[in-house]
Amino acid sequence: MRATRTRPRLAVWKFASCDGCQLSLLDCEDELLAITEQVEIAYFLEASRNTSPGPYDVSLVEGSITTHEDERRIQHVREQSKWVVTLGACATAGGIQALRNGRDLQEFASLVYAHPEYLDSLATSTPIAEHIRVDFELRGCPIDKQQLLEVLSALLIGRKPNIAAHSVCVECKLAGNVCVLVSSGEPCLGPITHAGCGALCPSYDRACYGCFGPAEAANPSALSRRLLGEAPPTDQRVDVPRDALVKTARLRRLLQTFNTLAPEFRKESLRHG
Amino acid sequence: MASRTLEVDFLTRVEGEGALRIELDGAEPKRIELRIFEPPRFFESLLRGRDQHEAPDITSRICGICPVAYITSACAALEQAHGIQLRAEHVALRRLLYTGEWIESHGLHVFMLHLPDFLGLPDAMTLAKQEPTLVKNALRIKKVGNSLVRVLGGREIHPINTRVGGFYKAPEAAALAELLSELAWAEQATLEALERLAELEFPSLERDYELVALHAPDRYAIESGRIRSSSGLDIDVSDYTQHFHELQRPHSTALHSLMRLTPQSEPREYLCGPLARFVLNHSELPEDLFELAGRAGLEPTCRNPFKSILARTIEIAFACREAARIIRAYEPPSEPSVPLPPAADAVEGHGASEAPRGLLYHRYRVDTDGLITEAQIVPPTSQNQGSIERDLWDLAPELGRLPLEEATLLAERAIRNHDPCISCATHFLNLEIRRA
Repeated sequence: MRATRTRPRLAVWKFASCDGCQLSLLDCEDELLAITEQVEIAYFLEASRNTSPGPYDVSLVEGSITTHEDERRIQHVREQSKWVVTLGACATAGGIQALRNGRDLQEFASLVYAHPEYLDSLATSTPIAEHIRVDFELRGCPIDKQQLLEVLSALLIGRKPNIAAHSVCVECKLAGNVCVLVSSGEPCLGPITHAGCGALCPSYDRACYGCFGPAEAANPSALSRRLLGEAPPTDQRVDVPRDALVKTARLRRLLQTFNTLAPEFRKESLRHG
Repeated sequence: MASRTLEVDFLTRVEGEGALRIELDGAEPKRIELRIFEPPRFFESLLRGRDQHEAPDITSRICGICPVAYITSACAALEQAHGIQLRAEHVALRRLLYTGEWIESHGLHVFMLHLPDFLGLPDAMTLAKQEPTLVKNALRIKKVGNSLVRVLGGREIHPINTRVGGFYKAPEAAALAELLSELAWAEQATLEALERLAELEFPSLERDYELVALHAPDRYAIESGRIRSSSGLDIDVSDYTQHFHELQRPHSTALHSLMRLTPQSEPREYLCGPLARFVLNHSELPEDLFELAGRAGLEPTCRNPFKSILARTIEIAFACREAARIIRAYEPPSEPSVPLPPAADAVEGHGASEAPRGLLYHRYRVDTDGLITEAQIVPPTSQNQGSIERDLWDLAPELGRLPLEEATLLAERAIRNHDPCISCATHFLNLEIRRA
């Protein structure tokens, strides 16, 4: 069979997650049938009863690693795949479930389960790249489906995906929004957050909550100082400090939500307790 | 008849990951296991210490397919805790957002996850080769729902424009009005599809379900209501925990939901979801839709789980019409939300709404700093878990008779009838039923 195939083979895998990122593929209502003409959907449990064994050209991986079984399964995905692309905050930064890292798992589990000892659960939730080599990481909680289409097209054509790594602030300026941090004093993570959503929250009069994780070359400590109303380092010429917009605990929570293990967010949040 | 085992290593066309194992001795079921190996994510634990305003955003991440349901139940619980009343405009917008999710989520389930089963096909992509117009229309219907959620909520999955007390920004009437023509088209296309679905062959299975759904006297309940059941339960959402309990069963880590009519009566399994809503609330549907449902084979006494596809389809058509009605009557509120008052004491609140798959209950305790000290979330799939398994027990004689491949497919279908959303199991379910 394989000798006669011409279309690249696509597989979609799920680990600990909400299914939202792989649903983005089914939400490509205008493009879905065209995609299925271009690629063979060889393994996509949410969409089809038909599954066929690897190897696969592209594996899309959603979710973080939280069980022993999944630690093994992700190795299988790597072995079977030419390219591995991770989808979203769980797969790239541990997801919301990484809030348990560093906490007492037994205590965490016993709040929910009468018999936590039955669970096969690791004490941590970790990104895919901590377990295997990853070829491309798509950010977001959830991912943006246009970015997903861009990555798929780029891989199929054989070029580098064109995904901007600048901050949400750039998108906000392009959208012509009034800055919610400056004008409303809202604690906005836009300056340190990866582009991709099109500056969605500020467009809806709301501060960015960082669901796309850190932008390239983000400077979280400068933003923290601004939000906490702290004086800047003495060697910098800046305005006098302004009012605090948040307390430390809220700043920590802001940085520890959907991208808890993203290194830049994690490092900065740990500086604040 | 010989012993046989049906095994499905990975359930497909459901949201999340699970497996099925059925052991039969002739037509007698010996063991039925719906094993859900979705990793636990401990939402109820990780919500502790978070700000109450974060609850809608965080709990929406329980499920990418019905985030609006989580947002709505969380907001409702916290609003009830603080005793705040939304203005009529906010209530209408919240219902509008929810109709978008119903259209999108039901559209996905009816045409892409469920219908292929009736036609013996592996997926909607294969169906598209046989009936391209049907699938193209289905995708367009689904897109209408997504557009509604995007305009009002900012994006389809995990919308950002919702908050405890209302919205961050009220939509402009013109942006919503642009959706009217597509909504009208979608209602029509859905009703045409219903005629097609009425021709399907429905396996004969009638189950003695206790049906549970929200009920509202003046509207088909979606975003709020009292909790009713087919044998007469009629309670306020804040009394949920007095009648509904989660149990851990022997040999299993499953949390099973059971209900009691009165504190003294025997606890029993129950079913929520589209069939429950249709049976309990059909009087609140527009008359013509109720008649069309009947003509398609969906009677108000229906207890056949395979016909849930008809109930979902009727609900898509209803949601399209309801969305259009709300948009036509829409006037932007003076303020996008009602502020939350500071609380002098710790407060507790309960909220429930009708997720596409059924009743979704939230309860929170919040301290005077607005931080969550306790959270309880009971998603529809964990409530339906017991009924899903009972369906399989009742199908056992049929499963024993059919050739292995057909029997396996029928068992899978019985599960997909309920559109179980396995990731939403905030509780880890690893279920095993044994009979002595």
